[in-house]
Amino acid sequence: MFYVIVVVTHIGAFATSDVCAVDPAVFEAQQRRVAVVQRIAPTVVAIFARGAAGSGSGVLISADGFALTNFHVTSSVGAFMKCGLNDGVLHDAVIVGIDPTGDVALIKLLGRDDFPHAKLGDSDKLQVGNWAYAMGNPFMLATNFQPTVTFGIISGLHRYQYPTGTFLEYADCIQVDTSINPGNSGGPLFNEAGELIGINGRGSFEKRGRVNSGAGYAISINQIKHFMDCLRGGRIVDHATLGATVTENVEGLVVVDNILEQSEVYRRGLRVDDEIVSFAGRSIRSVNQFKNILAIYPKYRKLPLVYRNEGKKEKIYVRLRGLHRSSEMTPQRRRSRTIPKPEDPDRKKPSNKNPNGKDPDRKQPNRFFPAASNLPENHKHLYVKKEGFANYYFNTLEQQRTLTALKELGDFSQRIGIWSFSGTIQAGYKFEFTLADKGLGLEIGDDVYFQPLDGSNFTDEPERSGGLLLALYHLKLFLTRGDAVFTEFYYLGSEPLDGHGEKVDVIVTLLTGVESRWYFSRKRKMFVGFDTRLESDIDECEIRFAGSQTFDGRKLPQQLIVRCANRKFASFDLETVNLAVAPPKSSRTDRNDQ
Amino acid sequence: MTNDRMTTYRTSCLPMAVCLAMLPSVASIQTSRQTIRMIQPRMVKIFGAGGIRGLHAYGTGFLVSPKGHIATVWSHVLDADSITVVLNDGRRFQARVLGAKPQLDLAVLKLQAENVELSYFDIEQTASVGPGTRILAFSNMFNVATGDEPVSVLHGVIAARTNLSTRRGTFEIPYDGPIYVVDAITNNSGAAGGVLTTQDGQLLAMIGKELRNARSNTWVNYAIPIGELKEAIKQITNGNFVAHKKKPDETEIPVRYHPLDFGLVMVPDVLYRTPAYVDSVLPNSQAARAGLRSDDLVLFVNDELIQSCRTLKVALGRLESGDALRLIVRRANQLVQIKMNVKK
Repeated sequence: MFYVIVVVTHIGAFATSDVCAVDPAVFEAQQRRVAVVQRIAPTVVAIFARGAAGSGSGVLISADGFALTNFHVTSSVGAFMKCGLNDGVLHDAVIVGIDPTGDVALIKLLGRDDFPHAKLGDSDKLQVGNWAYAMGNPFMLATNFQPTVTFGIISGLHRYQYPTGTFLEYADCIQVDTSINPGNSGGPLFNEAGELIGINGRGSFEKRGRVNSGAGYAISINQIKHFMDCLRGGRIVDHATLGATVTENVEGLVVVDNILEQSEVYRRGLRVDDEIVSFAGRSIRSVNQFKNILAIYPKYRKLPLVYRNEGKKEKIYVRLRGLHRSSEMTPQRRRSRTIPKPEDPDRKKPSNKNPNGKDPDRKQPNRFFPAASNLPENHKHLYVKKEGFANYYFNTLEQQRTLTALKELGDFSQRIGIWSFSGTIQAGYKFEFTLADKGLGLEIGDDVYFQPLDGSNFTDEPERSGGLLLALYHLKLFLTRGDAVFTEFYYLGSEPLDGHGEKVDVIVTLLTGVESRWYFSRKRKMFVGFDTRLESDIDECEIRFAGSQTFDGRKLPQQLIVRCANRKFASFDLETVNLAVAPPKSSRTDRNDQ
Repeated sequence: MTNDRMTTYRTSCLPMAVCLAMLPSVASIQTSRQTIRMIQPRMVKIFGAGGIRGLHAYGTGFLVSPKGHIATVWSHVLDADSITVVLNDGRRFQARVLGAKPQLDLAVLKLQAENVELSYFDIEQTASVGPGTRILAFSNMFNVATGDEPVSVLHGVIAARTNLSTRRGTFEIPYDGPIYVVDAITNNSGAAGGVLTTQDGQLLAMIGKELRNARSNTWVNYAIPIGELKEAIKQITNGNFVAHKKKPDETEIPVRYHPLDFGLVMVPDVLYRTPAYVDSVLPNSQAARAGLRSDDLVLFVNDELIQSCRTLKVALGRLESGDALRLIVRRANQLVQIKMNVKK
């Protein structure tokens, strides 16, 4: 196959130089193509397992060495791998994050801070018929790491390829007639301008054996963008489900046919037979389209959903549930449960639709985590093993980067005594919060609310706030004790705040079943709010900060805006704040702090 | 090559007049993306028989009339009680086979719907091109597209315009007329019945069935020029085509003898080429006396290669009384010769 391509290319080159009647535009286009290939070839990575068989391709996306590839490439090569670039230099690389369902992995090449890297394109702007280059290392031909280039057109967009009995679902993917062969896996798909539009990972292989038969599939770069910060956080990222399934009714409308009553979308009002009008800003005309949209977002992402119930249109924001239980995302379970070999032709197909998508690489994920022996001595510190993470080392880096915004607020670490805030809520009532170790209290006007901290159950106090008292207690813990007090404390990734706002980095904490997400504006480098949920499958208390004021050398918001279940609970204007240092017995005023 | 480079040229806002002046014939060229948008609504996805291992239950077709006539390839997919056709916009209809011409590997379907607005190809407006012409190929190969998803598009060039030399054992199809050979990989499951067009959207040919050279295990990417199919399509759609009640190769030649006349019960003829296995032999029949057994595979009838139950029927049908009948069958891994006389 390869040799045929080479021969044809050469004939083409001779023909063009001999025939003078060729339109100059043809030569210009050819020159442009040559220039594009020369420009982008240095970004293409040939990936090899350390001291073992198995290889694939990848593409650099940042000067400091981050590169994208397929999960099914890295899963067989371990935490450290060798990566060749087209200058012939071999670099060590380390695993960063993986998305097993989406078949994406992020790795980091080591040894330079000026790696050539590809510019990310916008795969939503593609049209069928656009040219597309695939580059990589098919059939492991590139012993000098010069990538093989193939050229074709976009054959189809927004294709849905069922998981072939594995985790690897290809949703909303790009179909090309560009030749994709074993070894191309993980390599880049570029548009005509040389921008990265996808990661090649699958082909329809049937009777011809494992070679291109005219249909290759790439994961769209726009999908990967949604996951990028989760991957940079060293995580094993899960995909999402809405908690409702849809079907097409006789009129061709996409309607809900099943819904989990404990799901958030049910609490927001969606019911069986409601019509799905749009999801994540895209109108829905088929079940596949709905699945395509759902599959390109990570777990926990908040998305807008418009539905119609008895003629009435409603817009809601819903936080997506995880597609898998966390136990399923741990490697041992997954290995024993769900990974048959994708090339097994006799495997029961999940549906008669698109049964043919296969991973071009013969090797199947059989190992998530490396044998300790393959860690190179000088880079050992770049890999930290922790359950739920591909490489926890990168999570700590992202935590540090995100939490620098907290330092701006001042040092809270000694203020472990009673906290009290008072001020006015919008209706004009006075309020006062008291956060002590024994219990939490709130007075609004004549009403008093109390949450004991003696081991009794956490309650939604004040009612319909989602547990505001406990949420503020978690804020106190977060500011004073940081990661030391929580049982889980990690960087999640980034997302638009509340599904539509500015981009925020998210830290997740867990303590005695109470999960909080802490939001930090990426652009303004500020702590902008948090959500606290008392237990799973109930509505969370959402607190957003507005304004900034300084109390005793520490920056705090002017206003706390509290929402729950898509409704505003109240806005609290802070006027007086006392953050005591000493344990409750001796803390009367914050002057004791010296 | 030229056409598309022109496209690039145009989209990059360079002086278009220059290139148009040099290549006057390209004045009507549209970009391939415009072509794709124009062609897609004329393509349909066909769902019918199949679905068991090795036989796909899906195919491609193209609309050839505003009334919902669809040309496609004559295949096992159409051998179903109900054939479902899904239009480019996701509309779903039942269709029936209006007529077929297996010599051309052609079938024409009719949507069972009235007053439906449809885009279609005018089969009078087709082009004929030579090697080197850039083409686009439209088909629902591998059934990648369902619902309102558009079919897959491949690009390539005409590699040759030639006659398909159908030979037994190599390219086994009834059609042996002119074809286009292309370098796009069109020889895929479900692609047959799709179309080749020029870059500017002129209809060229219908993608043929998957075709493998049994000796070299190579596959040919070919398409049958619309010019070859046009008359048959017109006749079938206009209703002045005598639809074959039976399979045509049975009706065009005399059927003087059936396998049963010799005491042979063949396996049910369910495929286009069901291998000619003997299901059972009637006791005390001529075949039984001659030594035929169940599970024998009939390979030759009087030195004529038998590819299927159908060709066996044809071969037996041609016999005259008094003829010698010489069969070669494969039994286990041995070839066995059987001799009989054709009785009156």
